[in-house]
Amino acid sequence: MNAMSDAGLRVLSYSEAIREAMAIAMEADPTVILMGEDIGVYGGAFQVTLDLVDRFGKDRVMDTPISELGGAGVAVGAALTGLKPIYEFQFSDFAMLAMEQIVNQAAKLRYMLGGEASVPVVFRLPSGSGTGAAAQHSQSIEAWFGHVPGLKVLQPATPEDAKGMLLAALADPDPVMIFEHKLLYKMKGPVPEGSYHTPIGKALVRRAGTDVTIVAGSIMVHRALEAAEKLAAEGINAEVIDLRSIRPIDHETILASVRKTGRLMVVYEGVKAFGVGAEISAMVAESDAFDYLDAPILRLGAADAPVPYNPDLERAAVPQVDTIEAAARRLARREV
Amino acid sequence: MTAAEAISADNRPFAIRTYAPAQLREALRRMYLIRRFEEGAEDSYMRGLIHGTMHLSIGQEASAMATCMELTDADKITSTHRGHGHCIAKGADVGRMFAEFFGKETGYCHGRGGSMHIADVRTGNLGANGIVGGGLPIAVGAALTAKRLGRDDVTVCFFGDGANNEGAFHEALNMAAVWKLPVVFVCENNRYGMSTPAAYATAVRNIADRAVAYAMPGVTVDGNDFSAVAEAVHIAVARARAGEGPSLVENLTYRWRGHSKSDRNRYRTKEEIEEWMARDPIARFRAELIAHGILDEAGADAIAADAVATVEAGIAFAKDSPSPAVTDVTRYVYAES
Repeated sequence: MNAMSDAGLRVLSYSEAIREAMAIAMEADPTVILMGEDIGVYGGAFQVTLDLVDRFGKDRVMDTPISELGGAGVAVGAALTGLKPIYEFQFSDFAMLAMEQIVNQAAKLRYMLGGEASVPVVFRLPSGSGTGAAAQHSQSIEAWFGHVPGLKVLQPATPEDAKGMLLAALADPDPVMIFEHKLLYKMKGPVPEGSYHTPIGKALVRRAGTDVTIVAGSIMVHRALEAAEKLAAEGINAEVIDLRSIRPIDHETILASVRKTGRLMVVYEGVKAFGVGAEISAMVAESDAFDYLDAPILRLGAADAPVPYNPDLERAAVPQVDTIEAAARRLARREV
Repeated sequence: MTAAEAISADNRPFAIRTYAPAQLREALRRMYLIRRFEEGAEDSYMRGLIHGTMHLSIGQEASAMATCMELTDADKITSTHRGHGHCIAKGADVGRMFAEFFGKETGYCHGRGGSMHIADVRTGNLGANGIVGGGLPIAVGAALTAKRLGRDDVTVCFFGDGANNEGAFHEALNMAAVWKLPVVFVCENNRYGMSTPAAYATAVRNIADRAVAYAMPGVTVDGNDFSAVAEAVHIAVARARAGEGPSLVENLTYRWRGHSKSDRNRYRTKEEIEEWMARDPIARFRAELIAHGILDEAGADAIAADAVATVEAGIAFAKDSPSPAVTDVTRYVYAES
């Protein structure tokens, strides 16, 4: 752990990077507090807040009762009056218990009050499938919040972004939801020291290519990159864009890539229908980039079903490296 | 006679013996202002100057005003869909309120919120709320801020009998008690959640009885009796400021008007409404002030006339104010950089 890489960057896991961001923010700003279920001595369901209660005390690392609506609402009220709370939902699925406070209150208060109020709350939401936790602990509901003006919705794919996005979210005067992928918590990668911000609303080209554009977020970025390497062996050069932010969405980076490749595929873990892919596809179809398309747009999302328990079914329910590879190949060969 | 004996021998109502005459006269002025404001809003609605809907608090003025007697601008309130009275009691300017109802740029929310989101952050009013129970957890959060930052300000959370059956009520009161936060939950029990009687919808006899489930004091008072409300809130605010935690105060009151503009009053009788109108909280408070020599009839009339003039000026200000530019429809969704 914490080994120095050749580039002078330390290698941290995704969860260590998030924890480091929280610690940096709490050291620098006494108004930053953590709230959530079992985030104190237990360290959180995924151990992301491990040991922070020892460093900052129970007044700043607050275990909440199992009251998601109330807990989120307390965070909203605290943010409205001068604190910067980071509220951890134990699973993103549990945000449904708090929709009222997230959607009706946090997202709308600035607008309803004509700019006279600010709600700088950060919600952290462990998300995604692949853990065998079945239908109520495995969902990817980030697109729901993409439909809500007033929110910002982020999906870090790497430890570096996980830290930089959380610090950027804390500096942002509006409510930010960060969907962290449970399967990425143990993933390691280089992370800069100190404080830095990953810009909110800026996508990143993770792999440059010329033949097909694959837009992905969160863990799907890694699956898309793996698929792209396999395709490269057969002469198909895919460009992989890490979306990073669902709201606001970086139109320009996507459009520039589509103008270059003429082929677009969107890969996401949420249910395919009415999802991130629909928004991006429509955005491209409405733009000048439409004229550059040489093939129909493809969406790869989750099956039209709750996330199943059986491991084979669970795997089949969401895009995997092989399905992404096959779909990109068909798209590149104009077999769609 | 010792000071303590002098106080115990003082049989005057709580408000009379506690607040200075100028404070009491100002309280009466604001109660008249609430009544005339609500009537002015209703009239403006009938004339088509205000669209949408609104929820009038006529008949509940003592609850709003007596609750706010102990509060400074540093103290916060969260309000409800029936929140015009709270806003005025906390110190808002009725001209800017009317401007908001008229959808004007000079309104408190620059015309984006209207009646159901009226707020005045400067005087500590964090806003009305269109969601029943929406303000309950927010109030607890505001109280958490005060405690965390070591400030001694308190938050008063207004809510109605309807909200006491929302899950947010349970979660908010429990957390406030667990963390001993400086918040006072003030239930304005006006007997109906829209058309549904509180007695039908709530399993306990008094909503304040629910306080025992959260290990906090709970008291039910005549919400149309200014002094009764002021005394109950005084005790609760003192407890909150002393760091002893939250309280629940239930003000039994009644709204003379319907729930909203769509109400046909099919769920209650004319006799019931008239019975409650006879318990007019403003007339009672006015009579009390005169009886105790705080002012005379002429002085009370002058205060009432002042409220009329203030409301007229407020409506004129709203009428003359500009509307927001249509091109600004997405302004205020996010902070402007």
